[in-house]
Amino acid sequence: MNEYNFAYLDEQTKRMIRRAILKGLAIPGYQVPFASREMPMPYGWGTGGVQVSAATLVPEDRMKVIDQGADDTTNAVSIRKFFERTAGVETTEETGRATLIQTRHRIPQAALTEDQILVYQVPIPEPLRFLEPRETETRKMHALEEYGLMHVKLYEDISQHGAIATAYAYPVKVEGRYVMDPSPIPKFDNPKMEMAAIQLFGAGREQRIYALPPWCEVVSLDFEDHPFEPSKAEHDCDLCGAGESYLDEVIVDDAGGRMFVCSDTDYCRGRRAAGHVGAQGVPFEEGAA
Amino acid sequence: MYVAVKGGERAIENAHAWLAEERRGDTSVAELSVAQIREQLSLAVNRVMAEGSLYDPDLAALAIKQARGDLIEAIFLIRAYRTTLPRFGASAPVETGEMVCDRRISATFKDAPGGQVLGPTFDYTHRLLDFKLAAEGAVPEAPEGEAKDGPVPHITGFLNREGLIQTEDESDATPPDLTREPMELPASRALRLQSLTRGDEGFVLGMAYSTQRGYARNHAFVGELRIGTVEVEMDIPELGFAIGIGEITLTECETVNQFKGSKTEPPQFTRGYGLVFGQTERKAISMALVDRALRWKELGEDDVGAPAQDEEFVLMHSDNIQATGFLEHIKLPHYVDFQSELELVRKLRREAEGQAAREAAE
Repeated sequence: MNEYNFAYLDEQTKRMIRRAILKGLAIPGYQVPFASREMPMPYGWGTGGVQVSAATLVPEDRMKVIDQGADDTTNAVSIRKFFERTAGVETTEETGRATLIQTRHRIPQAALTEDQILVYQVPIPEPLRFLEPRETETRKMHALEEYGLMHVKLYEDISQHGAIATAYAYPVKVEGRYVMDPSPIPKFDNPKMEMAAIQLFGAGREQRIYALPPWCEVVSLDFEDHPFEPSKAEHDCDLCGAGESYLDEVIVDDAGGRMFVCSDTDYCRGRRAAGHVGAQGVPFEEGAA
Repeated sequence: MYVAVKGGERAIENAHAWLAEERRGDTSVAELSVAQIREQLSLAVNRVMAEGSLYDPDLAALAIKQARGDLIEAIFLIRAYRTTLPRFGASAPVETGEMVCDRRISATFKDAPGGQVLGPTFDYTHRLLDFKLAAEGAVPEAPEGEAKDGPVPHITGFLNREGLIQTEDESDATPPDLTREPMELPASRALRLQSLTRGDEGFVLGMAYSTQRGYARNHAFVGELRIGTVEVEMDIPELGFAIGIGEITLTECETVNQFKGSKTEPPQFTRGYGLVFGQTERKAISMALVDRALRWKELGEDDVGAPAQDEEFVLMHSDNIQATGFLEHIKLPHYVDFQSELELVRKLRREAEGQAAREAAE
């Protein structure tokens, strides 16, 4: 694919995207409009994240791509291959070795460092969208810091269900100013957003980029008497025994049998390599799944 | 013993190989050439060029072949290719008044300078399956006549002379470019038209149809529909003047709409406008109707709350590449979100059951 520029996009486009990223970092949580390009993968499949990664990558980078926490899900494989072909950068599955991580729906289990960038794929960047479908209205609401509607929605959840009925894409407030959609990560991941790494969010179809600089204040919305609670399955990983990592539930037979495994496959593999064995696991062998 | 699902990479490669085989179909049947698609499926080619926003019949035909005839997929291929092309500049506006028309009809005047020319249309064919085509029969030659000389002026120009139709403000300002700047709302008319001309034919048709059925009815007459070739000219800075760089086929539709006047405008006819690449008249007429419906604000009409009047609704949902991508992305894994929902639903059910049990005990 030599006929394409490094990381596919032309330099002018990358500069335009970088300007949007810098603006986003300067105003944490604010959605910066950008002239999103048509990419050779469908809208809704990570085009925003791909454009942000393309504008951020340098040839020395080591890239990791995950979807649902796993390196081997089909779309993660597809995006990783795209950058292998168009940027020729080294790729890795090891969180610790990666300099740039593109993710969909998860934050890696291991803490990230200030030498890393985490790029999120975002489907609907507007946290108020399902309360008010009009962009012309929601932009005004952000400008006026008019977030009452969101608090009413959360309150109505509590009065109806006894709890806030949002399990993923749980809204956060950034540096006491903008309410932001953390992308559809489980609310378990929300507290991790105050981190050392730079976090960039790309929404291609909706033409928005937003960002969190390192150690930016990110507060999950809640009430004093109904504090925010991150949650996960009350289980340990059946493969590596981890009690603190986010778990996927896997159906293993048609009689209600199920097991729980780490959603972060690299984290699980690392633990098993270090000798941890879960209730249904077997000792780790290099090269095996 | 459960082993974490692996093998995404091999699965993808195998899927691609299978797809290539299915695309080719039965190899005992001759393969379609790109030229055959370009010549014999030209209306499909036109749609792909129009919604792909790239005028290149050969590439559009190739995209249709590669997409197995799925036109939205073909449009997607063209759009993805188009974004990688360098931009040398912009052409001068095309002069549709000087179009060499293959087809030119008016529903408002029985005859007009330039005449009515039916051209190659399905309009008065009886829709009976032609089994002769299945036998690959040769086509009898169409009779030929002399092309009429003389100008073919726009029909709406005649109404303009009497002041019966609202005039458009002229402007030499460079219109915004939808493909280079994020969509900003409220949108100018130029931006709306740009969005509609590349919008999904089915969506624009449905929106236009809704206005005819009473959702913001604007009673449109097809003042003129013309299809033909126009010359594309470009200013060459080194030369200091414009030169023709090629010819393209366009479909242009101008509707004349009844208008009883409003708080700000006197009774007069108003306009809707459609301009689309290729022979694409269903799309051009639809576009003109939707354009007219979206102009309610500037004409001082009431917002009756109809979908076709709602600029944000129409513009944000007319692009089939955006729509199909987002719609189809729900096929991607959502294990993590679903898991968090599972836990939430289980928790809420436990609480509801606990509540019911407590109430029963009281």
